[in-house]
Amino acid sequence: MKYMLLLTRGEWEDTAPEDERQHIYAEIGEWWGKLAAKGKIVGGHQLQPPHTATTLVLNGRREPTVIDGPFMEAKESIGGYGILEVADLDEALAIARTFPSPSSKVEVRPVIER
Amino acid sequence: MLAPSLRRAARWRSDLSSSGSATSSEVSLERVFREEAGRLTASLVRLLGDFDLAEDLVSEALLEALEHWPKDGMPERPGAWLLTTARRKGLDRLRRDAKQREKLALIGALPERPRREADDRLRLIFTCCHPALNRAAQVALTLRAVVGLTTPEIARAYLLPEPTLAKRIVRAKRKIVDAGIPYRVPGPDDLRPRLDEVLTVLYVVFSEGHLATGGDAPIRHDLARDAEWLAELVVRLLPDEPEPLGLLALIRLHLARWSARLDGQGRLVLLEHQDRSLWDRRAIAEAVRLIHRAAALHRLGPYQVQAAIAAVHCEAPTWEETDWREIFGLYTMLLALDPSPVVRLNRAIARSHVEGPGKALAEIDEVRDRLDHYHLFHATRAVLLRDLGREAEAVTAGRRASALTTNSAEQALIERRLAGDVDSLANAGKVVDGA
Repeated sequence: MKYMLLLTRGEWEDTAPEDERQHIYAEIGEWWGKLAAKGKIVGGHQLQPPHTATTLVLNGRREPTVIDGPFMEAKESIGGYGILEVADLDEALAIARTFPSPSSKVEVRPVIER
Repeated sequence: MLAPSLRRAARWRSDLSSSGSATSSEVSLERVFREEAGRLTASLVRLLGDFDLAEDLVSEALLEALEHWPKDGMPERPGAWLLTTARRKGLDRLRRDAKQREKLALIGALPERPRREADDRLRLIFTCCHPALNRAAQVALTLRAVVGLTTPEIARAYLLPEPTLAKRIVRAKRKIVDAGIPYRVPGPDDLRPRLDEVLTVLYVVFSEGHLATGGDAPIRHDLARDAEWLAELVVRLLPDEPEPLGLLALIRLHLARWSARLDGQGRLVLLEHQDRSLWDRRAIAEAVRLIHRAAALHRLGPYQVQAAIAAVHCEAPTWEETDWREIFGLYTMLLALDPSPVVRLNRAIARSHVEGPGKALAEIDEVRDRLDHYHLFHATRAVLLRDLGREAEAVTAGRRASALTTNSAEQALIERRLAGDVDSLANAGKVVDGA
């Protein structure tokens, strides 16, 4: 089954000193690379910070409203996503829990495959 | 389909079919139903990969058993009889329902007789108690699929509207399928944490039966018995795990005191004032043997310690002879395994009996921030303050406790200003903890 890991930006991305951030990014890169090499991660990206987002609100036939920013008002914002190819939810959860961020939320959701 | 109340039906039928002493056939029919229906549901879920279909076929087979068994006698191998019947029912149904044709092959391929060595109920339990399901869903699904209660029975036990319960179960089953929750016993790496999850679900069911969190009935016997049955099943399926033994012992120690817990007016009776001659001494001795069996496996856990605490209470011939030093030591052990504020509150009560109410009050005031919303925190303070002669403060604390509880029997208890029941404190604490 395919699952999406939806990763929040950790607070450390905005607050940790530069060398520490680089260290964590390197760990994440290594984690990602290993899983990709095993065929467990089959896609995904890190996203630019939320200030780069532009949101369109579609209202049927009317002109869409354009918002400067992400659509979620929540404290968390999405920092990236990955697509997993694994046997079942247990395997997806086992991978998600090893994501080497000092603080993040990881949502695990199955993908609809057509 | 209409979910029949099978357990009740089983009792009713056997009442009709036997003159006078219905008890033994009633008990055995109910036991066979529960055992065999659970086994059959579990293996059909595995073989068909479809919860709803499995449950429907099992209900239909049980209904047919209710028709025949009281008249013709119970078949020699009830499990095989039910499987054959479920298989036939499934084939009938699928012939009528063209949409489900692809299932036909699966049902046709069902074994003619169950293989005794395989018990799929363990996978079923782990799937129903999967951590990706919320607690309420785990509880509802376990009672539905493993114990075989009907949705209306579960709704009644939890004082919830039936549609709410039905929605909860449908949603949980859908998540299992759509999210890819596997139908299997976790591997050795995951077994312990996943087993903890299962035991928590069982404990929540027991607590709800033992001391209801809402409504007027202080005790719901059936749920407590269901939890006992489930714990015993997990013990049978995982005989080398000590914590299920601890939980089973704990449940049985509480059940052994069951008849002393309510007075003639249905009011809760404090451990201190219970008539100990009503306690089931044999059941207590058996539960203590379970604790020893668990201890021999040399992996201490919180349920074993809680069972040991309950055993110390049970073995005291009188309230005055309770070994509080032992209990205090056990709570210290429990605190190391489960450093929660509720455990500290309970340890403070034991401390008050060993070192006096002043030291105990100082200890519980340290967890005030985290337990301020918890009625038993204030109930305990009220008792300690009263023991210290600080009457006005005790009254204030007692009022706060009473305002915070939702169970009217417990409210009455607190209002009778008798809130020193360590026993009910410990258990009600778990209700709040695990909810």
